[in-house]
Amino acid sequence: MRLNTFLLLLALLPGSLLADCLQRGTGDMGVIIERASGSVLIIDTSAHEVLSRVEGLGDLSHASVVYSRDERYAYVFGRDGGLTKVDILCGKIVKRVLQGGNSIGGAISQDGKLVAVSNYTPGGVKVFSSDDLSLVADIPATPFKDKHSKTVGLVDAPDQRFVFALYDTGETWILDMTDPAKPALTRFTDTGRLPYDGLITPDGRYYINGLFGEDGLALLDLWHPEKGIRRILDHYGRGEQKLPVYKMPHLEGWAVAGDRAFLPAVGHHEVLVVNMRDWQAAGKIPVHGQPVFVMSRPDGRQLWVNFAFPNNDTVQVIDSETLKVIKTLKTGKGTLHMEFTPRGEEVWISVRDKDEIQVYDTRTMTLKTHFKAQKPSGIFFTDRAHRTGL
Amino acid sequence: MKCFGFAGNAVLGLCLSSSLLAAPTPERKTELLYLLAQDCGACHGMRLKGGLGPPLLPDALHQWNAEQLAQTILHGRPGTPMPPWSPFMTEQEALWLAQQLKEGISQ
Repeated sequence: MRLNTFLLLLALLPGSLLADCLQRGTGDMGVIIERASGSVLIIDTSAHEVLSRVEGLGDLSHASVVYSRDERYAYVFGRDGGLTKVDILCGKIVKRVLQGGNSIGGAISQDGKLVAVSNYTPGGVKVFSSDDLSLVADIPATPFKDKHSKTVGLVDAPDQRFVFALYDTGETWILDMTDPAKPALTRFTDTGRLPYDGLITPDGRYYINGLFGEDGLALLDLWHPEKGIRRILDHYGRGEQKLPVYKMPHLEGWAVAGDRAFLPAVGHHEVLVVNMRDWQAAGKIPVHGQPVFVMSRPDGRQLWVNFAFPNNDTVQVIDSETLKVIKTLKTGKGTLHMEFTPRGEEVWISVRDKDEIQVYDTRTMTLKTHFKAQKPSGIFFTDRAHRTGL
Repeated sequence: MKCFGFAGNAVLGLCLSSSLLAAPTPERKTELLYLLAQDCGACHGMRLKGGLGPPLLPDALHQWNAEQLAQTILHGRPGTPMPPWSPFMTEQEALWLAQQLKEGISQ
């Protein structure tokens, strides 16, 4: 009798406990930010289907997402300092903390145990346990005027490190969290004027800051930090009129194809090409407007580029071999972000003003399907869990 | 301030600070507020609480009058990322937007 009762309970329990949770793998899932309504959509990238909507995530203007290494939990970084852990199988918020006043993205550590957040207010980086979002370390940035410098371009790096830049004071810091009780900082104070974002190469070796205050980028070799910051693509806009920038480019979606890296110019309607062997300029590709994201299809064969206001109704595709624009797509006003499926057969594009996600076949560069989302911005697929710097 | 009977471009600047200026149409106001939230919001935050750019809430703007703010909107702030928005709005539209910022825009 006791055994029967036990079996009966066993049969009932999972059903009641997991009633709202999906029982499936998460490798073809993702999260789409609905920036105006403070919600996220959880999606199935194989079925092109919205699985659920999770609400109550606060101010999601400029929100981004990283994933736990089991690809079950999404950590959503909001503008209002909110850090929210979402269970994408259950479509529920597991934990939410307001960790700062104003923040700009984050990263998850190599071992998946720590989540770091980059803050504008108060300027600095805070590190949390990925498990319960308890505070592990608080790293204030260099004082600037009556505050602390804003921090930008936070990425994870091998050997349990985080790397980020200080916007106001022009610095790059390496934060080593090997011993969570004793965070170790290495500071570089000659990054250049107004670093606005950073990227790390897919192998986790090179960290690059884009500079708003000067024509050039700052490079740090994380295999040889003792060599310090090196300026690359110095004076890339020489002799050209600098154009107004209506939206800052993003570097997070690194674009590396073969030996070459592709970066958005600032104040010039160009994509910059740099040879990664010697970090010398290898060309400029004229494009439709101020590039925001320059993203490489996972195989490196194509680069997809979107643009700042007032040219944010367009996406261009560049052939990475010939460096020519091979397609110009009119996706619609407010084209904010792009995300490739893990092996690159599709790219998903958010079009804010159409309240729409468009899915393109990357081989034919044609629209495959589209579906509704409320003022969508960032799109983040779970395969990011296993990629350094994303 | 009084405007003259003719409205040449040279005179327009003088008329700017006048409360007699025609406000934007309701449709245009909606467009401007959308631009403010979505595109100005890229740097200043969708809720105008700041980001890479400073907050645009009334408390943060008290030291400037609407005319000064309108000039910043139109011509940008050299040496900072703030670009000139004059290609996308008229002077009176910028002034109207500045007045909304001074008063505070309900979310």
